[in-house]
Amino acid sequence: MSTLHLVNKSPFEKDAFDSCLRHALPGSAVLLIEDGIYGALQGTAPGDCFGQATELQRYVLVEDLRARGFGAEHLVVGVQVIDYEGFVDLAVAHELVQSWL
Amino acid sequence: MQFALLVNEGPYQHQAADSAWHFARAALAKGHGISRVFFYHDGVYNGTRLGVVPQDERHIPERWALLAKEHDVDLVICVAAAQRRGILDAAESRRHGKGADNLAEGFRIGGLGQLIESGIEADRLLVFGD
Repeated sequence: MSTLHLVNKSPFEKDAFDSCLRHALPGSAVLLIEDGIYGALQGTAPGDCFGQATELQRYVLVEDLRARGFGAEHLVVGVQVIDYEGFVDLAVAHELVQSWL
Repeated sequence: MQFALLVNEGPYQHQAADSAWHFARAALAKGHGISRVFFYHDGVYNGTRLGVVPQDERHIPERWALLAKEHDVDLVICVAAAQRRGILDAAESRRHGKGADNLAEGFRIGGLGQLIESGIEADRLLVFGD
């Protein structure tokens, strides 16, 4: 059973991002939304962790990325940028959706 | 596929209500259904009809109501969370002798049973909160 993990907290503020990466099983997906997008930025320690988590499918929601002044060019390698339509597709593709609130 | 959403935060304070609404719209546009949106904790503030929003700003309660009307979405406000925060429909207002009610059109008062039911019956339950 595959899981889509949703992280909406900045890793610089809360530990939801760290908890998620520690618990997510290989093959599951992690989507960063809202302030969660700060976890995928280049040149940061959380970004390095996210970039190295190659056993996970990693995504960032583009609307929330752009709303915070960033673009795909600011993200670590291996992260896919998706929109709300892609978010819906991920929720369909995974039997469980876990929000790390 | 049928989605159910749980919204735990109020409008204009946290992005959760916006994220949930955008997700709902995207899902409906792709031909999926939103069977229910359950508003819990401060999320019940999404259901007030007394909010007055500047004309150039999004009106979150009205946006939910419109979505419900157009796509037959069940908008349920948790009764216990709502009563604590002064969100009452006409029946609850009478029952508690309050003399006024403020639940927006398109919303209804329900209980945690509806949340559990959504968890069982919907294909996916997504939680938006803080």
